[in-house]
Amino acid sequence: MAKYLLLKHYRGGPTPLTDVPMDKWTPEEISAHVQYMHDFAARLEDTGEFVDAQAVSPEGTFVRYDGEGRPPVTDGPFAETKDLIAGWMVIDVESYERALELAGELSAAPGVGGKPLHEWLEVRPFLTAPPTIAE
Amino acid sequence: MEEAVLRALTPAVIGVLVRRGVDFATAEDAVQDALVEAVRVWPTDPPRDPKGWLVAVSWRKFLDAARADTSRRRREVLVEAEPAPGPGEPVDDTLALYFLCAHPSLTSASAVALTLRAVGGLTTRQIAQAYLVPESTMAQRISRAKRTVAGVRFNQPGDVATVLRVLYLVFNEGYSGDVDLAAEAIRLTRQLTARIRHEEVAGLLALMLLHHARRAARTAAGGRLVPLAEQDRSLWDTRLIAEGVQVLQNALARDRLGEYQAQAAIAALHADARTTEETDWVQIVEWYDELVRLTDNPVARLNRAVAVGEADGARAGLAALAGLDHGLPRYSAVAAHLHERAGDLATAARLYAEAARSAPSLPERDHLTRQAARLNLALRR
Repeated sequence: MAKYLLLKHYRGGPTPLTDVPMDKWTPEEISAHVQYMHDFAARLEDTGEFVDAQAVSPEGTFVRYDGEGRPPVTDGPFAETKDLIAGWMVIDVESYERALELAGELSAAPGVGGKPLHEWLEVRPFLTAPPTIAE
Repeated sequence: MEEAVLRALTPAVIGVLVRRGVDFATAEDAVQDALVEAVRVWPTDPPRDPKGWLVAVSWRKFLDAARADTSRRRREVLVEAEPAPGPGEPVDDTLALYFLCAHPSLTSASAVALTLRAVGGLTTRQIAQAYLVPESTMAQRISRAKRTVAGVRFNQPGDVATVLRVLYLVFNEGYSGDVDLAAEAIRLTRQLTARIRHEEVAGLLALMLLHHARRAARTAAGGRLVPLAEQDRSLWDTRLIAEGVQVLQNALARDRLGEYQAQAAIAALHADARTTEETDWVQIVEWYDELVRLTDNPVARLNRAVAVGEADGARAGLAALAGLDHGLPRYSAVAAHLHERAGDLATAARLYAEAARSAPSLPERDHLTRQAARLNLALRR
């Protein structure tokens, strides 16, 4: 088994196929989308492939150390950052192909008119602990 | 025997060990070990005297641990040197534990964890699951908390307000994982009302019961939030409401108003309305006035604005918003609601979308996005 991060972005990545902001959908379309995400996670729990799912607020701050005895320096929030993470799902699956398959299903979550969103998701393999048997 | 019954005995048994001179941290560990054994043994071999059994086994666990410990001699000296508790202790053991676990030297996260373990009798694993952190993290948090209160004298009255705050936090955490924290908070608050006669303890219990009564109506399929005005009131638990109202009336009769009683009174007025339209908003505004007077809390002012909007119209509600910090949690959502009531759908839609962006939880974000979408749809037609 190998763990993969499925990353959802508010912005960044390839040009989206559809780009209607959610508050311009109908309430029913939003409900259907949310339900799809719920069902998807529940199904992965059933198959034993679900690890974690979280969403993060769009507002963030950059922070760095600024030397002994000084408070950390903060910068941002940046309204126009190119890349902005919205949330993630961690899955533990048999193969990379399975990770792609699931990301594809997640990307098919319904949007306007109940049609698949075709949203770009990023799939990133986790770095693991070194194997016991190395030669 | 029900797990809750077993857990209810926890604080008293810790108290017995502490009275025998065991320090709190060690006593608490010994009782945890005994609880684990009880869960294993009791289903097939129930004891005739559960508390006696727990005391005996906890004591044995303590002795085992003391013997295994390298500092054994120091502990034995300590046990002998500890003065026997004098007559007429100011508080009983269970109450003393509530105070100790909510000691002001603890952070709220530590106080919550320690209360759930030492007073609630939950295992570290259960608490960790409920708060979605690794078990080792929660174990560490609890042992650090125990070290923090190590120097605090056990049987000493503390501040009821800090205890109530901890219980309130547990209740508000709601439900995730195996442990129903809201139900646990109610159990612990109910147990506290039996130990101390204090109108705000009763006020908090009433507040919890009245909100818990709405639980089934609060979410729909897929975790969708259902706002109070749209809830199916036939799903409200009338037994809990009746109890909450009774507890509140007894507290109010003592004429020492506090913030929990005022909040419970607001919840009781909502519970009293069979339909949203029957809600007595004028009285609710009066209770918010009391709450603002008691706490000067900006969140209370924000909620008051909603009530004013219902009682005196949306314009008055918007006027009540004036002067409040726009950065307050849920400010945009309240402003959006009032603008919609005032007929300004475009502003309301913009504010709902803004509120969705800063929503503190996913269900709230989805709800607010749907509100924006609903208004945008109406504007397109």
